[in-house]
Amino acid sequence: MKKLDLLITGVGGQGVILASDITGEAALAAGYDAKKTDTLGMAQRGGSVVSHVRIARQVWSPLIKEGEVDILVAFEKLEAARWGCYLRPGGIVIVNNQAIPPLSVSIGNERYPSDEEIANILKRRTDCIYFVDGISRATDLGDVRTLNMFMLGCVSLFVPLIKVHTWKESLCQRLPSKIQKINLTAFDQGRKEIRGAYL
Amino acid sequence: MIKLLSGNEALALGAYHAGVRVAAAYPGTPSSEILESLAHFDDIYAEWSTNEKVAMEVGLGAAYAGARSLVSMKQVGLNVASDPFMAASMTGVNAGMVVVSADDPGIHSSQCEQDNRHYAKFAKVPMLEPSDSQEAYELMAYAFDISEKFDTPVLVRTTTRISHSKSAVEVNRSRVVPSGQPSFRHDVQKYVMLPVYARLRHLLMEERLVKLAVYAETFPLNKVLWGERRLGVVTSGVAYQYAREVFPKASFLKLSMTYPLPQNLLRHFAAQVDRVIVIEELDPFLQENIQTMGIKVTGKEFIPRVGELNPGIIEEASRNAGLLAKTSRRQMASVAPELPRRPPLLCPGCPHTGIYFVLNSIGQRSKLLDSKGKAPKESKLIITGDIGCYTLGAYPPLYALDTTACMGAGISQALGMEKAGVSNKVVAVIGDSTFLHAGITGLVNAVYDAGQITVIILDNRTTAMTGHQDHPGTGISAQGKKTKAVELEHLVRGIGVSDVKVVDAFNMKALRASVKSSLESPELSVIIVRGACSVRLPTRSEPRVIDIEKCNRCDICLRLGCPAIRSENGQIYIDIALCVGNACTICQQLCPRQAIGRQSEIMAKESR
Repeated sequence: MKKLDLLITGVGGQGVILASDITGEAALAAGYDAKKTDTLGMAQRGGSVVSHVRIARQVWSPLIKEGEVDILVAFEKLEAARWGCYLRPGGIVIVNNQAIPPLSVSIGNERYPSDEEIANILKRRTDCIYFVDGISRATDLGDVRTLNMFMLGCVSLFVPLIKVHTWKESLCQRLPSKIQKINLTAFDQGRKEIRGAYL
Repeated sequence: MIKLLSGNEALALGAYHAGVRVAAAYPGTPSSEILESLAHFDDIYAEWSTNEKVAMEVGLGAAYAGARSLVSMKQVGLNVASDPFMAASMTGVNAGMVVVSADDPGIHSSQCEQDNRHYAKFAKVPMLEPSDSQEAYELMAYAFDISEKFDTPVLVRTTTRISHSKSAVEVNRSRVVPSGQPSFRHDVQKYVMLPVYARLRHLLMEERLVKLAVYAETFPLNKVLWGERRLGVVTSGVAYQYAREVFPKASFLKLSMTYPLPQNLLRHFAAQVDRVIVIEELDPFLQENIQTMGIKVTGKEFIPRVGELNPGIIEEASRNAGLLAKTSRRQMASVAPELPRRPPLLCPGCPHTGIYFVLNSIGQRSKLLDSKGKAPKESKLIITGDIGCYTLGAYPPLYALDTTACMGAGISQALGMEKAGVSNKVVAVIGDSTFLHAGITGLVNAVYDAGQITVIILDNRTTAMTGHQDHPGTGISAQGKKTKAVELEHLVRGIGVSDVKVVDAFNMKALRASVKSSLESPELSVIIVRGACSVRLPTRSEPRVIDIEKCNRCDICLRLGCPAIRSENGQIYIDIALCVGNACTICQQLCPRQAIGRQSEIMAKESR
């Protein structure tokens, strides 16, 4: 594999940045060069968040060019649609099946796109679209905050250059010991979700 | 050891390894993590200063006394600190002093897009710019050495994309443990800037600049990378990374020391290539300084001077300028669909929401929103704002700000409007940290000049927007030690304000009553609206829910702009995962039909 460019998106508070940190650290641990960068607005919570993670033998720009993302990971459906244009043709999309309507939608000024509209936007670039029930799986595990590790579990199946144990080691390095177990379970659940439902 | 570090973490580690002893900063995106990282080391002194000017002076004092010091701030912070910065250039240092300015091209979280490279030329100090975290780590050691060798503060300029990107850093050094007791040596001609001595120092500054330009010729982190000789690219900072990607075969002169510039190196490079271009973010700083040397270069003729760059922008600009072949690849249809935007918001349970709702309704500000397309109406209540999370109150539905300029400006602007003779009432809103940073002097001025404005201090007990740093009002130091807290109400009364009220940020009745009474009063008044930032609540409590049978869709709760309150399929509901519960309850207090209550009560009623 020459390079892998991931775009991880979601809403502030969903754990996007930690997920992209762990991805970058796992790539480095696997012997690759890696850069990651986040773009987030000025809010503590609730704004649109996007992380660029680039993995290759040598990475220059931390930002990925539009149309060159290999894997788009969206923690929220609207954000999947918003960043769909960054995908390369035939890239992979993994979408958490959760809608967090922006305030403009809540107060009735704008309309949240339908599932069909979101899928159609993504289909302009690719047919490899995986909708996963991350939020209900994380809730079942007893902590919605494990959503990000569930999503990483899903991603890991498409990143053969990082071995499973490397992912898990990076995860454990970043999380306090008392929440490692539940997050490792969430990671495994994510792998199972893609395997069971799609592969 | 190889670590994935952000530019800010790398700068901090580089400074630590270079033997920094004193670090001072005021939080500001994208610079805050530099001091936060340094504060973890308990063998140095690190402080959050009241503002950037204070931080600069603390750093300068430490350097005078023989301790290496680091001062970090965001780009506009250097405006605040520019007075001591210019003075530091005049007196020079003693031990090394490095000033980090973190600029924000693209205005991710700032009020402007200024290019602080100009400050290096303005203050006649050397400037270094890292292009990734590795270089950020390495150049700190050089920065301190240059500072001491040339007796000058050194400006290290980063940008959001360097400060907040993570890349691999080979950590190949350990801390140079500073030896010797810091001490200050009396030297009037160097440290006392009376005109008679200052004139002498100015001469020395000019001589220093000449010597620095010679040093720049062999600065080890300036690198020439030969490729094809058709095109030579001069670049620095993150623009270097973008340019490498867009022009993989070109020759590069990558500058890490960007002031003063190495004239001979530039001439040599330019002579070896057919054409020289400069790729840089924001202003044509390098380009104009190179052109002054009589070297023919282009750059800003096609590279945008506004906004953050990226490889796509540089590629397209270069293609249009004929530097790259027109692509044979079919241009992908742009799929930027019309989607609802997701601007940043005040959080659920935010202590600013209630007071903004009160100001909105007393000022009848919703009417301002109706004037779309027409000439804007004059607001009944003028609300001058400031810098912080609470600036987000400018968005609908709260729509509660008329101005935002810079730290502390709101109070003095309010006074200016009053003195100009506006017929409306003028209210200034300002956060606790911002008030301590730059609001006090404006309030002293309002006391002295007999202002009649109302100043509302939004006291959420932290510097929230930049990541919850402590400040003088919290009484906790940057290194987690308990110190003395500055009590806002004592401070405000002490400078002569007699009408001072302290109100609970989550008590809607009290908020309304205090605002009304202050507006009716003919004298200067201060309302301290106190409530903890909801992001820092230690525990969640029972969320509120809406009793659908009682709700008549008056939608008053939606006008709070609380992200937890939503309307879907004709009904309003509260997202219980987001609601902070007992700590807030402002929607419950506001609901005219008592349709909002504790989850357990309303669920029990529904099941009956």
